Amino acid sequence: MSRTDGSRFGKLREIARPDRVFDFMVPAQSPVDVRHGPILYLEDVSVSFDGFRAINGLNLTVDDGELRCIIGPNGAGKTTMMDIITGKTRPDSGQVWFGSRHNLLTLDEPQIANLGIGRKFQKPTVFEALDVTENLELAMAGDRRIWKTLLARLDREGQARIDEVLETIGLTEERYRLAGVLSHGQKQWLEIGMLLMQRPRLLLVDEPVAGMTEPEMHRTAELLTRLAGQQSVVVVEHDMGFVRSIARQVSVLHQGSVLAEGTMDQVASDPRVIEVYLGGDEEAA
Amino acid sequence: MTIQAVPQERDRSRQAFLSRSTLVTTFALIVGMLAVLILNALPASSALHVSGATVALLGKYFTYMLLALAVDLIWGYLGILSLGHGAFFALGGYAMGLYLNAQTSPLPGWQSIMTYFPVAALAILLAPGLLALAFGWLAFRSRVTGVYFSIITQALTFALMLAFNRNEMGMGGSTGLTRFYELLGFSLASENMTVALFVASGMAVLLAFWLCRAITVSRLGRVSVATRDAEARVRFIGYRVDHVKLALFVVSAMIAGVAGALYVPQVGIINPSTFAPLFSIEVVVWVALGGRATLYGALLGALVVNYLKTVLTGAMPDAWLFILGGLFVLVTMLLPRGIAGVISAWRGTRFGRRTGERKEVSA
Repeated sequence: MSRTDGSRFGKLREIARPDRVFDFMVPAQSPVDVRHGPILYLEDVSVSFDGFRAINGLNLTVDDGELRCIIGPNGAGKTTMMDIITGKTRPDSGQVWFGSRHNLLTLDEPQIANLGIGRKFQKPTVFEALDVTENLELAMAGDRRIWKTLLARLDREGQARIDEVLETIGLTEERYRLAGVLSHGQKQWLEIGMLLMQRPRLLLVDEPVAGMTEPEMHRTAELLTRLAGQQSVVVVEHDMGFVRSIARQVSVLHQGSVLAEGTMDQVASDPRVIEVYLGGDEEAA
Repeated sequence: MTIQAVPQERDRSRQAFLSRSTLVTTFALIVGMLAVLILNALPASSALHVSGATVALLGKYFTYMLLALAVDLIWGYLGILSLGHGAFFALGGYAMGLYLNAQTSPLPGWQSIMTYFPVAALAILLAPGLLALAFGWLAFRSRVTGVYFSIITQALTFALMLAFNRNEMGMGGSTGLTRFYELLGFSLASENMTVALFVASGMAVLLAFWLCRAITVSRLGRVSVATRDAEARVRFIGYRVDHVKLALFVVSAMIAGVAGALYVPQVGIINPSTFAPLFSIEVVVWVALGGRATLYGALLGALVVNYLKTVLTGAMPDAWLFILGGLFVLVTMLLPRGIAGVISAWRGTRFGRRTGERKEVSA
């Protein structure tokens, strides 16, 4: 940018420069800084509830645009990990960074959500008294302040965005149906659609195929693979077949820390993983 | 083959500000008011004449309807059950009471500023508004919800009742404020004043109804319904749930304050019994009977229950509380959507659709 002498003409020249557009025309940039490393970085995170160590010295990094699957037996700390990333639970120790600029431990849930981390719950959670379009509209990225929300109108751009997401999640036909009457699978997709409306940089997806039929599962796998690349996606899942169908990179969680990391085949042949998955059941029995 | 199901859609025409329910309610309020005014203007000898006492009674009903509206805004649309809304009603009432007292004899100390109507009008909004702001800020920030919130609102109104019972408060102790003679320079005893207050209360109901309607059909209204049904989800898509709750709670408290301020000159007294938890619970019963989350249901509920109360406390005073309790139990069990639910079931639209068959339209 040329240095101006501060005179009125200098300013005018600045405004009239043909090689630039006005600031308000520039699409909002995500504030997340991923130039120097991963989009999500957890270091030595620990949390205990009443003496039970749910997360124990957990280290995890997720690169920008990656699709990462996290597997692990019940009680391995998968959901607690998501709670920590989204600000619902505060860890006792450790560091959680979003890009290299945002320390997630200093932010609360809405702030983290507005930075670009979207979360899908284990149990599909949609607004049942509203219709599909309205569900998406509420999730749409935008000014969340009270007054702005009161006066907000759905503009053409927003409508186009909703149509696009409806197409992606395959609910165009159901757009005016109440979310409460959708099938289980459709609710799961709607919830993923709501995440997309937020334009997140990082999607946390908790057990997306629980209770889904086989064809629904295939569609979900397709949907998630399509998202990766544009967004970083972290999927927590029990279903090994599903994980195998989407995963490139898998982390195995056990007793609150990462037991193994690698491709599905590497992980599946790791003796410790086999031990945990097979031996763990015997312990529980 | 696809089984074509009955569409289970949200009726978008209901989401517009000028929906049928807005128009019908507006029309009913205006026609009701005009009818009372005309019947009141008839000569006293006429069989259809409505006496000044009846007009005053109807004016009082209007203030109750306003209070019910305030409760429905947060209970119906936000899921916050306040069992202490009588406190905001009473605060508005006390602000008005101080102003009315100041018209005849100067008030001591800081209360002397209440001599001026603009100050009093501000106090009517600010006293309940600020209390709701402080109380709500503490409660919602700490994520106090559900029955816990209801209990502390009860405690709030109970504490205020005890405080206002004390003579040291300078609010007339247990007698409260009374001996009102003049409002804005006009005598309160005249029948014209009764009619004017009736009209003012009716207009207040209409304006508050429009305000609540505008809020509930806005995106903020949808955020509040979403908060009612899935609070965590709303937080994770980035809305500040505590701010949403606080904003609606304060608006609701202010509406309740205005209701109290209009109530006081019409009944001629305000005393600590208005802070009694029982009164606040009664308000909740009106809304439950009328039907939550419809706005017009709250208006209907307040009107019907209070009319019943007037008739039945005259006919069989001891039985009234039993009847009220019985009505509440019956309505909760048999008509969970209240009178408004009956109306929409009868019109066979939304109610029928929602509970209608749940077949899948498979692709």
